[in-house]
Amino acid sequence: MEATFYISALLALAATFRVVTAANAVHALLYLVVSLLAAALVLFTLGAPFAAALEVIIYAGAIVVLFVFVVMMLNLGEEAEAQERRWLSPGVWRGPGLLAGILLAELLLLLTGALPGTAGTMVAPKAVGVALYGPYLLAVELGAFLLLAGLVGAFHLGRQEALEGNEDG
Amino acid sequence: MAEVPMDHGLLLAGALFALGLAGVLARRNAVFMLMSLEIMLNAAGIAFVVAGARWAQPDGQIMFILILALAAAEVAVGLALVLQLYHRLGTLDSDAASGMRE
Repeated sequence: MEATFYISALLALAATFRVVTAANAVHALLYLVVSLLAAALVLFTLGAPFAAALEVIIYAGAIVVLFVFVVMMLNLGEEAEAQERRWLSPGVWRGPGLLAGILLAELLLLLTGALPGTAGTMVAPKAVGVALYGPYLLAVELGAFLLLAGLVGAFHLGRQEALEGNEDG
Repeated sequence: MAEVPMDHGLLLAGALFALGLAGVLARRNAVFMLMSLEIMLNAAGIAFVVAGARWAQPDGQIMFILILALAAAEVAVGLALVLQLYHRLGTLDSDAASGMRE
């Protein structure tokens, strides 16, 4: 259904605009989650359900959780508690909640079959897997190298900080 | 033959990419710059999936998966760098890290 695509696209744009213009990192992260979920619905309507699932799991799940962890680690202090209290006020959640509610309604309509599912030709996960481990096997290996390098690099940077903290204390 | 024209999908990807680019250029907070980088990578992935959907080929989704792996590695290293920046300089302002000396 085309309307699903356009509503999700507008939601993604609105949420992304709020991410870029937000002053508070936690507000921006809330809008970032909504933006990524809307992008996942866009991918689903384009006939790429596997990419949509990966978007939700990896982007909206893992990567944003990493951001949340770092923001939590950076905001340690006595004023953090007052900020926390202000973040928990209902006004903060109204914007992301409204956008996420529209997405949920759209998803429910899709699931109950009131709207036809995909607007284009569906590319099934099986086709993606067959191509991924066939002609693109070398790219998968290179991706594995990249992830290993990222793991080692992140560990090294975090480890140095821990060592210096021990020396200081 | 997709009902949604490819132009509109590419337009969405371009608009998201422009928003992320504006975020990287305008913000000075390192966490916000990383978030904007994620938005730009996501927009590039959407463009690939749109093109893959146009010709009903799985290649677009495979490029999306590779971009996801790239984004995961980039955000891990980037957030470790943000922690180091905050630990050494006590601020998240990226202008404070412009000097290459201690």
